[in-house]
Amino acid sequence: MALDLEQFHEAFFEEAFEALDTMESALLKLNIGNPEPELVNTIFRVAHSIKGGSATFGFTEVASFTHTLETLLDELRGGRMQVTRGLSDLLLKSVDVMREMLRSVQHKTPIDPQRVADLQFDLELAILQKNQAPAAAPELPDVAPAPTPDAALPTMPATAILGQRRWQIGFRPYPQLLLRGNDPLRLLRELHELGSLEVEVDISGLPALSEMNTEDCYLAWNLVLTSEVTRDVIAQVFDWAEGDCKLEIVEIKSGLAERTAPPSAVVVPIGIASAHEAQIEVATTATLEPAAEQGRSQGASPATPSPAQGGSDSGSIRVSTEKIDEIMNTVGEIVITQSMLSQLGSSMEGPLAEQLRSGLAQLERNVRELQEGVMRVRMLPISFVFSRFPRMVRDLSHRLGKEIELKLTGDTTELDKTVLEKIGDPLVHLVRNSIDHGIEKPDIRRAAGKAAAGTVHLDAYHKGGNITVEVRDDGAGLDRDRILAKARERGLVGATEVPDDTAIYDLIFAAGFSTAEKTTDVSGRGVGLDVVRRNVQELGGTIEIRTERGKGSCFTITLPLTLAIVDGQSVAVGSETYIVPLTTIIESMQLKPSMVNRIAGRGEVFLFRDGYVPVVRLHQVFGVKPRTHELHEGLLMIVEGEGRRVGLFVDDLLGQQQVVIKSLETNYRRVEGVSGATILGDGSVALILDVPGLIRFAAERLAA
Amino acid sequence: MMEGANRTKQVLTFILGMETYGVDILLVQEIRGWSQVTRIPQTPPHVLGVLNLRGSIVPIVDLRMRFRLERAEYTAVTVIIVLSVETSSGRRDLGVVVDGVSDVIDIKAVDLKPAPDLGSQVSTEFIQGLMTVGENMVMLLDIDRLVGGDIGDVVMPPKVANG
Amino acid sequence: MRRSVLMVDDSPSMRALVRSTLELAGFDVIEKIDGVDALGYAKGGSADLVLTDVNMPNMDGIQLVGELRSLPQYKFVPILVLTTESGGDMKMRGRQAGATGWIVKPFDPAQLIATINRVLQ
Repeated sequence: MALDLEQFHEAFFEEAFEALDTMESALLKLNIGNPEPELVNTIFRVAHSIKGGSATFGFTEVASFTHTLETLLDELRGGRMQVTRGLSDLLLKSVDVMREMLRSVQHKTPIDPQRVADLQFDLELAILQKNQAPAAAPELPDVAPAPTPDAALPTMPATAILGQRRWQIGFRPYPQLLLRGNDPLRLLRELHELGSLEVEVDISGLPALSEMNTEDCYLAWNLVLTSEVTRDVIAQVFDWAEGDCKLEIVEIKSGLAERTAPPSAVVVPIGIASAHEAQIEVATTATLEPAAEQGRSQGASPATPSPAQGGSDSGSIRVSTEKIDEIMNTVGEIVITQSMLSQLGSSMEGPLAEQLRSGLAQLERNVRELQEGVMRVRMLPISFVFSRFPRMVRDLSHRLGKEIELKLTGDTTELDKTVLEKIGDPLVHLVRNSIDHGIEKPDIRRAAGKAAAGTVHLDAYHKGGNITVEVRDDGAGLDRDRILAKARERGLVGATEVPDDTAIYDLIFAAGFSTAEKTTDVSGRGVGLDVVRRNVQELGGTIEIRTERGKGSCFTITLPLTLAIVDGQSVAVGSETYIVPLTTIIESMQLKPSMVNRIAGRGEVFLFRDGYVPVVRLHQVFGVKPRTHELHEGLLMIVEGEGRRVGLFVDDLLGQQQVVIKSLETNYRRVEGVSGATILGDGSVALILDVPGLIRFAAERLAA
Repeated sequence: MMEGANRTKQVLTFILGMETYGVDILLVQEIRGWSQVTRIPQTPPHVLGVLNLRGSIVPIVDLRMRFRLERAEYTAVTVIIVLSVETSSGRRDLGVVVDGVSDVIDIKAVDLKPAPDLGSQVSTEFIQGLMTVGENMVMLLDIDRLVGGDIGDVVMPPKVANG
Repeated sequence: MRRSVLMVDDSPSMRALVRSTLELAGFDVIEKIDGVDALGYAKGGSADLVLTDVNMPNMDGIQLVGELRSLPQYKFVPILVLTTESGGDMKMRGRQAGATGWIVKPFDPAQLIATINRVLQ
């Protein structure tokens, strides 16, 4: 029955990519000049297993490339080559290329073969040049052995030579042969399959019974094989016994057998396995079984202890995210049903109602626990994202001629997988930005009295119901005056207007805003911090910057721990109900008409704490009919997003509750000012407000 | 469609104004009565809003408005046909509001005639073909076009002056 | 009687492949992820044949072979080393440790079964 290898491909890709990550991080930890043997071993092992897998699953290009890499790594492992900076870079490049190659076979997309070939050539060159390496150990060159046909199992068809030949084979096992699990009978049977075999047992080596060790092999055989096969084919039969026996294979040229059999030899035809008691006994304990039973077992198959081993860590299993999402969805449904039941229960009366309510309260607790439990399953440490930075920082600092020390803290902080997957790119951008524009070159730093090496510090921690990730550097900081000048030039700030520092620094997040004197290929690719902010906002998060000239900058990203649920305040506008995320709400208040001012071009504003806050009428933005147009008859909710505050005018506040976020995009599309929807206890749908988006949207409409 | 000319398929027919339309019954998830939808901002008028259908948020489209027919009041007999369609971005559900459901009929591919230009009254862009059932003409809807097309068209909201 | 194979490999995809191949051929498969894991099993459980990878974390295949041979119940059990190492060096080390033979990766599933059947004949 043919086996479809393709079913194993995904598993292979998954482990290969993981293996490459392991290899990369090991390479990054490798001490130039004095590599830790354990790390070198790990790198070798990983390359080796990728090679084995790719060869097995038929990805020959990957296998070939990895083979070259492995050869080089073997040299490293044997201490015959030195780890230089150049070599380490070469190896890191190889990791990249292998990743690309794997991706290309995985997605069946093309790859530039020249790049692969060039790098493979470089690897080969490095292997060839190893002898020139000063510290090359004066060891025997570990020449890759000539490709002995070892892939050829004893069953390989013989390179047939027509015509029968007669071979005399002297087979004298050493005592330990049996202890290798090699059964002389098997070897004889295999020979027998090649042609006709005459067998002579030589029992001259048998000691006295009392001295006999039942685990040793004392017998020897003189065999004559008549067959068409070559000498190599015969030698292959004994391949596994090499070193455990003395073997002579001589072709008998004439038709006459020149037997040199010892006098005590007994001729036994093969198949009658009665050569020797001791030997048979041993063979039986090992594996001997009637050939008839060799087929598939038809009998009851006894349950064997074969625990499922999912991942490489025996304490965990691998589960696809889809499965978790399905559970998550179902739990979401339960939450909705449960809240529906609670509503129903609270309106019931009678002797049983109290019991029902207490049961429902218990259910609510259990559901909450279940929900939290599932949520935890989806949580992963941020180290999954952090781990790509050592490599990136190293490459970039290299290229820009800067010295940079990367500090990673809080990398065990956990967050939802969906958030994790989307936070990578913004963080990469910020780190690039810090290295490119933040950290100065060593000479400039020294001149400023700083250490030559700059520090980029990534820190993650939980705060409230959120996760905060900071990207700090001790570089030059932002130039307030230059930003202001640039903003004025571009008309973002009026000529006489003097915004406060926070507002000025916030300008760097404006679309297409860049103060860099020259664009570099590192971060000056037209992708600005506006994209970073947008990405963060799409995750329901915020980004802020603090900076001090000459001292450095700190970007702070705050993200929700999960995109699955949110604590919300329900508000009413007309007949609609909206959910406002609690984290965005500063205060809710009722306005007196006298508190509101109109400013030309800026609409209605009111004084809140120490500043004027614009009023955004939700009914207007969303085009619904409100219960009231009078500000003092409704409620004003002061909400904040991206450092901006607005007063959101709504009819009324309803309750607070935790809601399950459902996507509008699954069946419809993204809607401005709305981050999703949820299902209320009565089964109806309520939209969840995207507060930062709403503030932006309202501002744009106001400006227009 | 490369179906054999004699292969039949079942079509659910429904009434919209004076016309009878049909949809492939395999696409129909459920038929339900009219219920109040949650309105969505910044949508074209024919997207009435969304409903919770077995836990997912599904947009509801008024087909009369979509086909620029005269708008009708929603009554107790107004029904929503919930359709499920494979699109390039995965399975999408949507509900269409129609005047009433009439029948399930078997049609053969050979019965289906291409839609002529019906003039301005009904847009033919979503009509897969025409067939005659008894004395009536039934227009088979091209749901893929309807869903993959522009139910979610972004219509720029009118600018409002503040205050 | 169904024969059992103790299969040791750190690669999940390789384990999946070998397991399917062996099960299709009517063997029971005991799957272990490295030498330590396998040895843990072997101390209490039996197998008719051992098939092990060489390069594995914690305890490699060569060391495993040596350890297995020191267990009375594994003294004569055929142990095949499944490896990409085509170098004679690895074979020699494998045999010194007590391996019966080796199978070189990449292998053809049919070939693997033929070899195992041969050894278990």
